[in-house]
Amino acid sequence: MGWLGPEEWSALMLSLRVAFWATLVSMPFAVFVAYALARWQFPGRSVVNGLVHLPLILPPVVTGYLLLLGFGTQGPLGGLLAKAGIVVAFRWTGAALAAGVMAFPLMVRAIRLSIEAVDPRLEQAGASLGAPRVMVFLTVTLPMILPGLVAGAVLAFAKAMGEFGATITFVSNIPGQTQTLPLAVHSFLQVPGGEPAAMRLVIVSIGVAMGALLLSEFVGRRAAARVAGT
Amino acid sequence: MTLSVRVSHRLPGMDIKVAFDAPPGVTVLFGRSGSGKTTIVNAVAGLLKPDAGRVAVDDWVLFDTEKGHWLPPYRRRLGYIFQEGRLFPHLTVSQNLSYGSWFAPRGARRENRGKVIEMLGIGHLLDRRPALLSGGEKQRVAIGRALLASPRLILADEPLAALDDARKAEILPYFERLRDEVSVPILYVTHSAAEVARLATSVVALQSGQVERHGPAAEVLSDPSVAPAGVRAVGAVLQARVHTHHPDGLTELEAGGDRLFLPRIPHREGESVRVRIAAQEVMLADREPQGLSALNVLKGTVLAIRSGEGPGAIVSVQTRAGMVLARITRRSAEALGLREGMECYAVVKTVAIAPEDIGGHVIEGSK
Repeated sequence: MGWLGPEEWSALMLSLRVAFWATLVSMPFAVFVAYALARWQFPGRSVVNGLVHLPLILPPVVTGYLLLLGFGTQGPLGGLLAKAGIVVAFRWTGAALAAGVMAFPLMVRAIRLSIEAVDPRLEQAGASLGAPRVMVFLTVTLPMILPGLVAGAVLAFAKAMGEFGATITFVSNIPGQTQTLPLAVHSFLQVPGGEPAAMRLVIVSIGVAMGALLLSEFVGRRAAARVAGT
Repeated sequence: MTLSVRVSHRLPGMDIKVAFDAPPGVTVLFGRSGSGKTTIVNAVAGLLKPDAGRVAVDDWVLFDTEKGHWLPPYRRRLGYIFQEGRLFPHLTVSQNLSYGSWFAPRGARRENRGKVIEMLGIGHLLDRRPALLSGGEKQRVAIGRALLASPRLILADEPLAALDDARKAEILPYFERLRDEVSVPILYVTHSAAEVARLATSVVALQSGQVERHGPAAEVLSDPSVAPAGVRAVGAVLQARVHTHHPDGLTELEAGGDRLFLPRIPHREGESVRVRIAAQEVMLADREPQGLSALNVLKGTVLAIRSGEGPGAIVSVQTRAGMVLARITRRSAEALGLREGMECYAVVKTVAIAPEDIGGHVIEGSK
């Protein structure tokens, strides 16, 4: 800790927390949406597909502003969440929400690709052996898409760690509360003499990204070997 | 247990309309590819919803379109053996075998796991994953997996079609044991006459989505007008008993008082076997042949002569061993002066009886 100042340290820990929760909470939704897009024909499928990919294409500032409108204290969804005891406006939870929304399309794409690679005839075999649809998903599809799930999660985690535009627009840049790592780098670069701190955070960023990639390689390869059955 | 099937379904270019009742044992859906076999099996399995129909095993109704009744596939209690095995690659052999039992209802009659594993000879494979199995081993595991799901009906869709001849010969005996040792009815799809001859209790011959002929295996196969797999696949099935294994590598069979010699078969002396004799391997003579290398000469009477457009004719000959079919040219039939009721001799070369055409155990509907 001696190497990083308290402000830098708190930005790093906050980023890790934001990225962790953003990935974890969005994963079930991403799996559901990816499965629906890969396997089901339903009216409005292309609309859903478009909506999911929107954050990838829109300027992040626009996404952040839309989040502010929807989830701010005055916003319709923000009001609902507030009643449930969750406040997102100008809190770290809001940063996690912004990061999750921005990372969502990447996660859905990775999972969808791996679901499409699962032979539907294996799912039929599961059904023929008496497994209801949900159980077929849990016992056949899910274990087989594990490598894709890991890849999607790592991609989403990395994206969440690096999210800038939507976060700063939605929950501002409050040290210790919403100042994630990239926001902290940005702030340090704005003040005279802040460059060494910014550089330290840049090095930490590279380290975290590399670590995540290596971990996903390792986990992904083990999962793939399991699925390939060797 | 009786399986009753009634299915109508319109496909592009073909109307499928079939109805048949299958007695216990193996019912074979026999026909060329494109005759509608797989559509029918998928309707029974619930993987395809036909335009109209009803399928039931005794009073267990799988679907009845008239009453708007449709059980989803997972509630049909089937053991489906697919052509490509479809083992779960992420599970071990042991877990694959258990899969169906995780979902079988509590009160279901269960096959003894150890007995099934022993019957299929897969005990040494239990900890492996499917990727490390040979094609034949995979299919044996697939049979076990279907059986251990406590099914009320077993479906097999060309389960040997993806295997080479050696593997086919390896798997066929397991289906024979399944037929003889398990009381669950089996609906078996194939386009191979040899498989029909060895396995079928009854045969449903399909042609362009219609039932061409339906009945006990020996009757349908001995009917020269039924050739769903083409005229080359026509052949009669005889019921015989292993009489003696001779030291020169031949096995002598006894059938209705007649003797048949064929290359050594693995069955024990005294055991019952069914032998398919392909019509194109049978020659006819109008008097007892002399100085002939063929060992099998069966005396009989001409029952019928059928000829179609081509130069060939199918002659059915009633012998003491049973009905034998011979595919000869119309020219030869005329030269011999063959006519119904005439006495003649059917000649079969010993080596022409292929090993895959010989199966163990009792054939129903023969005599």
